[in-house]
Amino acid sequence: MSHYLILSALLFSIGAVGVLIRRNAIVVFMCVELMLNATNLAFVSFSKMHGNLDGQVIAFFVMVVAAAEVVVGLAIIMTIFRSRRSSSVDDASLLKY
Amino acid sequence: METHLVAATGLQAYAWLLIALPLAGAAILLLGGRATDKWGHYLATALSGGAFVLGFLMFWQMLGYPGEERARSVHLYQFIKTGSVDVDMGLLLDQLSISFVLLITFVGTLIHVYSIGYMAEDANRRKFFAYLNLFVASMLLLVLADNYLGLFVGWEGVGLASYLLIGFWQHKPTAAVAAKKAFVVNRVGDMGLAIAMMLMFATFGTVSYTGVFGLVENPAVSEGVMTALGLLLLLGACGKSAQLPLQSWLLDAMEGPTPVSALIHAATMVTAGVYLIVRSGVIFEASPTAQLVVAIVGAVTLLAGAIIGCAKDDIKKALAGSTMSQIGYMVLAAGLGPVGYVVAIGHLITHGFFKAGMFLGAGSVMHATEDDVNMRRYGALRKLLPITFGTFFLGYLAIIGVPPFAGFFTKEGIIEAAWDQNVVLGVCAIAGAAITAFYMSRLMFMTFFGEKRWDPDVHPHESPAVMTVPLVILAVGSAGMGAFLMLGGRFESFLEPVTRTPHAEHHLITLNGVVTLVLVAVGVAIAWVKYGARPVPQTAPQGSALTTFARKDLYGDALNESLFMRPGQWLTRLAVFFDNRGVDGLVNGLAALIGGTSGRVRRLQTGYVRSYALSMFLGAGLLVAALLVVRI
Repeated sequence: MSHYLILSALLFSIGAVGVLIRRNAIVVFMCVELMLNATNLAFVSFSKMHGNLDGQVIAFFVMVVAAAEVVVGLAIIMTIFRSRRSSSVDDASLLKY
Repeated sequence: METHLVAATGLQAYAWLLIALPLAGAAILLLGGRATDKWGHYLATALSGGAFVLGFLMFWQMLGYPGEERARSVHLYQFIKTGSVDVDMGLLLDQLSISFVLLITFVGTLIHVYSIGYMAEDANRRKFFAYLNLFVASMLLLVLADNYLGLFVGWEGVGLASYLLIGFWQHKPTAAVAAKKAFVVNRVGDMGLAIAMMLMFATFGTVSYTGVFGLVENPAVSEGVMTALGLLLLLGACGKSAQLPLQSWLLDAMEGPTPVSALIHAATMVTAGVYLIVRSGVIFEASPTAQLVVAIVGAVTLLAGAIIGCAKDDIKKALAGSTMSQIGYMVLAAGLGPVGYVVAIGHLITHGFFKAGMFLGAGSVMHATEDDVNMRRYGALRKLLPITFGTFFLGYLAIIGVPPFAGFFTKEGIIEAAWDQNVVLGVCAIAGAAITAFYMSRLMFMTFFGEKRWDPDVHPHESPAVMTVPLVILAVGSAGMGAFLMLGGRFESFLEPVTRTPHAEHHLITLNGVVTLVLVAVGVAIAWVKYGARPVPQTAPQGSALTTFARKDLYGDALNESLFMRPGQWLTRLAVFFDNRGVDGLVNGLAALIGGTSGRVRRLQTGYVRSYALSMFLGAGLLVAALLVVRI
């Protein structure tokens, strides 16, 4: 079973590094999705290991929240792109000290 | 004072009217405003005169009672009631207070009359009379109250009136400063009196005269407490009576109008300290130390005042120095105990007459010479101001103690009493008499004799009758009051129930008396040689070190400045420095620290989503690590 968990950790790390180093907002967004799905994988694996359904239920919740988040996030990215002609997260840095 | 006082009956039950009449006058004149300009001064004079008539009738009623039963009390209302501390406000009519009532109202009324003429051209005459009435009311409360708190109220009232009247011409900066100085110096003395009252509350639980004096004999009260009480009361008396070391305000107080100098700063208010000491005689008798200090203060002041009087060219300041000196005599006498009380009060009354007369005479001279006060620009006024000269001359004879004029009897009594108790004090008193003769003769010669030295465009003229009549009446008092009071011990037996003075044989001609008279003659002779026979230079000569010393008021102001004012300023500067740098520094420093730190921390907000994400990851990592550590 630990293979699943190792895969989950790998996917999560890839996602995290991607969030930190990529500038393209769409790619960052995809990396966030990758992290979410990595955790889903961990939840399902644990559910299987412990023999109850709690993990699976939570995975569904995560999917629902992720879907909602995608809607809001993509809308924001679209709006920024419309006003700035750029999808780089570094260009949207006006809100600062 | 173990005997319970008899309640006053008849007219005496209305003793509060004595205070209410002039107080009403002050209120009407001050509240009435310009509407009372036309008749205000007549009303004020009439009310003051009314108080005198009332006082005289009460005196007459008192004379009808046998000697021991003359003290009567009038209960007015409860002033303070707190359970443990109760103060009843009441009036005490006894031989001592009625003497003061008569002096205050009589001299006060004369000075009201004089002021009608003197202040005729002043736009604020109404206000002047309102303040005079306020003064008379406060002074009467001071002497009539039957407890120290009531006395204190009057005491502060006369201080206020004095302040208002010294600064009456407040457009002159010197007058405004002098008023403030008088007020501040008086507060020092008042503090002594206030603390004395607190001590009385703490020790005896009461401040009424009967209560306090009844408990003094109590063996539970230590002599140390009595000494402290005596010294604190003396401090109060020093402030009001311009005794050393609180003398400096009196000379400056001459900035006020001359009738004020006559009434408040010569005849009545400045003698309040003597009244306080004599009234509190029982306390002082319980503490020989305090009594000795009183006598020493009096002796030193009488010499200091006389020396200052010798060097002043300003006629009013010379008289002010003389006032200091004469009150010094009274305080000295009051410090001698019961033997001195009668002569102290006697001298106070005769002094009230002759000094008020001379001050008003000086006012008349100033009136004649267009308000010039410099004696070096007078001279030969004898023929031009015959009435002023005559009355002034009688006052002069009275103050230097020529028999049979008033000062002779009372001052001689003080010298004799001082000599009997302590040779040093006696010598001081005799020396003071000689110096008095010198400076008063100097004043006399410079003003009325010699060549005329005034400007050609000044035309001296005699004052109107409204001013000369009070002068004449006061001159009659100066001439006859001493003999009237002292001959045959009339005043002594009158005051005896209050002062408990032991009966003693008085000789009219004593060795001391002869020595004093010889020294007085010497003083007059020296003054004649220096100022009568020789022409007086218009500008003051350099003079010796002693002259400079006296001209500078014995460096009293310099001493106050270096001892109290400068250290006080340093203290305030230190406090300001501490406040700015210490207290404010702490608070401001803390604020700057927080401001600076947050300014640096603010830089973390870069606006880059990736850096926020990194901090989130780091935080989450830390959290997980912490959880793991705790778990293990």
